Amino acid sequence: MPNMSPKKNEMPSQAPDVRNKNFQEVALGYSEAQAVDEAARCLQCKHKPCVAGCPVNINIPGFIKKITEKDYEGAYQVIGETSSLPAVCGRVCPQESQCEKFCVRGIKNEPVGIGRLERFAADFHFAQPDIEVVKPEPNGHKVAVVGSGPAGLTCAGDLAKLGYDVTIFEALHLAGGVLVYGIPEFRLPKAIVQKEIDTLEKLGVKIIRNVVVGRSISIQELMNEEGFEAIFVGSGAGLPNFRGIPGENFNGVYSANEFLTRVNLMKSYRVDSTTPIVHSKRVAVIGGGNVAMDAARCAKRLGAEEVSIVYRRSEDEIPARHEEVEHAKEEGIVFRLLSNPTEILGNEKRFVTGMKVIKMGLGEPDDSGRRRPIEIPGSEYILEIDTVIFAIGTSPNPLIKMTTEGLETHKWGGIIINEETGETSVPGVFAGGDAVTGAATVILAMGAGKTAAAGMDAYIKAKSA
Amino acid sequence: MYKILKKRALNSTVTLMEVEAPYVARKAEPGQFIILRVDEKGERVPFTIADYNRETGGVTIIFQIVGAATEAMNHLNEGEYIHDFVGPLGKPSELDGLKKVAVIGGGVGSAIAYPTAKKLHELGATVHTIAGFRNKDLVILEDEFRAVSDKLILMTDDGSYGEKGLVTNALKDLLDAGEKYDEVIAIGPLIMMKFVSKLTKEYGVKTIVSMNPIMVDGTGMCGGCRLTVGGKTKFACIDGPEFDAHQVDFDEVMARTALYKDFERQAHEDTCNLFNLEVK
Repeated sequence: MPNMSPKKNEMPSQAPDVRNKNFQEVALGYSEAQAVDEAARCLQCKHKPCVAGCPVNINIPGFIKKITEKDYEGAYQVIGETSSLPAVCGRVCPQESQCEKFCVRGIKNEPVGIGRLERFAADFHFAQPDIEVVKPEPNGHKVAVVGSGPAGLTCAGDLAKLGYDVTIFEALHLAGGVLVYGIPEFRLPKAIVQKEIDTLEKLGVKIIRNVVVGRSISIQELMNEEGFEAIFVGSGAGLPNFRGIPGENFNGVYSANEFLTRVNLMKSYRVDSTTPIVHSKRVAVIGGGNVAMDAARCAKRLGAEEVSIVYRRSEDEIPARHEEVEHAKEEGIVFRLLSNPTEILGNEKRFVTGMKVIKMGLGEPDDSGRRRPIEIPGSEYILEIDTVIFAIGTSPNPLIKMTTEGLETHKWGGIIINEETGETSVPGVFAGGDAVTGAATVILAMGAGKTAAAGMDAYIKAKSA
Repeated sequence: MYKILKKRALNSTVTLMEVEAPYVARKAEPGQFIILRVDEKGERVPFTIADYNRETGGVTIIFQIVGAATEAMNHLNEGEYIHDFVGPLGKPSELDGLKKVAVIGGGVGSAIAYPTAKKLHELGATVHTIAGFRNKDLVILEDEFRAVSDKLILMTDDGSYGEKGLVTNALKDLLDAGEKYDEVIAIGPLIMMKFVSKLTKEYGVKTIVSMNPIMVDGTGMCGGCRLTVGGKTKFACIDGPEFDAHQVDFDEVMARTALYKDFERQAHEDTCNLFNLEVK
């Protein structure tokens, strides 16, 4: 008999006023008993609507069934059939707009906590000593992956499982891409990312760090001189966007990319880090996505007295995961909704002292289907702050485009691909993730990595047939 | 890990280091930079490439010991390793087609001006070099500059070597004497580049400066290195590091460089104290 409780098992978490002062993980994970109880809420529907909501089509009822049978490693293996990063996705996927959105239990009550169960299975797996990874039989073909973020790692994992000799080139000193520089420790512990990367290395994937493809070596050189038969470009998000308002270059104005990189990759919150960060008193974060929530919650943890999210639409339009918004509120982040900055103010030394903000109303829906924010004349006020963080998206990194002849991109910089195969306008070169779509989610990047891996496999097989 | 092939003190505060980094050496060109981390917990610090050897895979940087990272680097010796070393980053200098150029180096910036002067010389251009230092003890690369310059003017603030005065004095004299340059390339402290730029603007001589702003990744992600050039925001790591001096908002760049001054001073002291403890 399924467990007919209308509510999900609650996620054990650090108390808000404790966690907003540390960088340890907020959500602590289900206990075995909670996981089994939650798994029993799944109706094991025949038509599995949840699976269609998953960008990598995880067999969701299948792995949940294994949990009800207390075969937790079996559950992990089911997830592993289609997902390369279960411990990551269980933590950062926007489940409410994917799998859980389609859960039959969600029609009348709360959906099954699919993400939480995924995380449970993955954490169980990684808690085992000496995890054995079976190295596949080499197929004699050599491929390269540019970037070790979620798209690159997924693509590399899938190709390695097919027997390819895979080399990942990473520009930074650490592998993981946005999983290490962007998403904070308290949401995705870096030890977990490292375990996922260790698994890939055990599969035989080589990771070369500190190599910037497009500068240190070009795509053409990788193919013509280094003998890679196909290449996946998952170079990720690029240069941060700003608003183009006065004062954006004052001291104390950060892009979320820079702020989060200093905190997450360079660990500037730790006393033994030599990377500096400003310790602000009053912070405004511009934007309403996951990145904005991450930046705001990091600023709070660094000791800021007041941190606000300044977002030009209303709460209904906030694109961040529901849970992140809730967590941010619990931790004391102030939400200044329907508010838009018009100017950043500074002192004679060009340090930020405040920000002019105008209130917004909502008009007719725009192209995105969301109601268009419209300035309310005369509603401007000054917010006293010392730090501004812009979290309003990024433009794709131009380096590879600049240095790869024949690579076609959209006007805004995203690489153009064949959606079915991931192949770009250059034969043998595939792409996916933020480099193609602009800023999106971890799971979408993983889906793109998967598609491209299949495309690369087909390409190489066709060529060598 | 990247092996230190050579280490040499150029003067009491400036050190030359050649590091084994084949990926960088293969592609490096004058004007580009690298980013390194001394150790596992190190900050990412950018340095302009001073020289490179495609055969041996060696890349030379020349640095002044001014902060925690350079202090820590200076404690490493030949045969030891630097944890991370990535590049070449930024765009190479555009030197093709230049017939006559004034290359201006200020202090340790001379180390970065040198490969530019050398390349211009190799390309057959007439090179007039003006290198300025605070005093005689701080003069570096004199022989190297002499070998690639058609004219070399050394300036010191106190007159203890070469001529007394600033590089702008020497440049003004040359311009007043009727020297015509296709371009002036100035690399050194921001304040020096600002005043060279001011002078050449009056004379209408195109001028290129090399910017070394605060940055983290250096690959076009963090946006920390942004500056205003011709009224537009540019990123030094992708669009630069070299820019048309007459378009650069130097006052803004100087203000931005001051952001972490207190932190840097403290970090440097802490590092020195740490090394002192080790000595005891």
